[in-house]
Amino acid sequence: MNIIISNSSGKPIYEQITAQIKAMVMNGTLSPGDPLPSMRLLAKELRISVITTKRAYEDLERDGFITTIVGKGSFVREADREFVKEEQLKAVEQHLQAAVDTARQYGMSVEELTEVLKMLYEEL
Amino acid sequence: MKYAIEVEGLTKHYKDFTLDNVSFRVPAGSIVGFIGENGAGKTTTIKAILDLIQRDAGTVRILERENGGRDKEVKEQIGVIFDECYFPDGLRVVDVNQMMRQIYRCWDSDKFFNYCKEFGLPEKKEVKEFSRGMKVKLSIGVALSHQARLIILDDACGALDPVVRNEILDIFMDFIQEEDHTVFLSSHITSDIEKICDYIMLIHQGKLLFFENKDALLYHYGIVRCTEEQYKALDPNLIVGMRRNRFEVEVLVNNRQVLEEHSHDYVIDPASVEEILLYVAKSSVTLR
Repeated sequence: MNIIISNSSGKPIYEQITAQIKAMVMNGTLSPGDPLPSMRLLAKELRISVITTKRAYEDLERDGFITTIVGKGSFVREADREFVKEEQLKAVEQHLQAAVDTARQYGMSVEELTEVLKMLYEEL
Repeated sequence: MKYAIEVEGLTKHYKDFTLDNVSFRVPAGSIVGFIGENGAGKTTTIKAILDLIQRDAGTVRILERENGGRDKEVKEQIGVIFDECYFPDGLRVVDVNQMMRQIYRCWDSDKFFNYCKEFGLPEKKEVKEFSRGMKVKLSIGVALSHQARLIILDDACGALDPVVRNEILDIFMDFIQEEDHTVFLSSHITSDIEKICDYIMLIHQGKLLFFENKDALLYHYGIVRCTEEQYKALDPNLIVGMRRNRFEVEVLVNNRQVLEEHSHDYVIDPASVEEILLYVAKSSVTLR
């Protein structure tokens, strides 16, 4: 399991951690039931404060990605398919929104934009 | 929540300095960084907590015991590291071990010698021949070898080079792997504090200005660079401190997200702990 933290990304460190763990759950690198490192170990290894890893785990728990059992640790939860789908959709929407904004700014039509999207998608 | 240190209304008067009604609580299991200029009252606070000086007012609880600094049992569980090394000059590592065995009930000689080895402390030399870094390492070795639950450092790392300081940060991160272990450190090296501390407290001219969750501090505080007109238009509630130069006004704000959302024409940078300290000390406006 890799977690890579950037100090210059401007994104809070706890968000970087949650985003990466979420990605690992969604793409299957982490499976339901897999244990996560303890908050204190993660803090020690990444040389960040416990309060940061705690915040990250709390957010992950709130969003239903992990569950924490007192005295045992944190584990990946059986993913709620609906929920995962929604998260994925949200991520895509976010990027598309940026594209739509740019297109509007340059006076591009929906047709033109869709054309570009199709082209890009099929290229891959 | 359990607290390792609870201080309420701590006051100490000197002829030319007053530690003024300081109150804070250090949650057990956390690392708290204590910052402030020279003479702001850091050492006075620490000494008063440890009952090394008599306080004029206020209460102190350490490890859930009233006046823990006077309590033998509590003292067993506190490791204190000062900026100076107070071991007699003529002692060698083995002598220090011998001495500490008599002092601490839970003294762990193996652990101590392991630390000494890890820190590369010379066995044959006497303390007076130790470098500054070695002396601090010796103090840390002692503090960590009697099963302390609370480590208090008073500016102990200031004289050390970055490599050694990093080793020491690692040791503290190891130390707090136990969930009830707490570190309370005063330091000028704000970058260290920025890395590992959970909470940051800032003292200025004998007054505690804030005790804050570090993440909240770093993500919310920011430095706005703007013109005089823009400065006047800023919500005064956001302003914590400011500096002027001939070409711009620099303002420390306590909620940069609010500004980013509402007004796009300000230049806003995140603020480091060092910058927060500088602005607050310069403009001495009380936070919030």
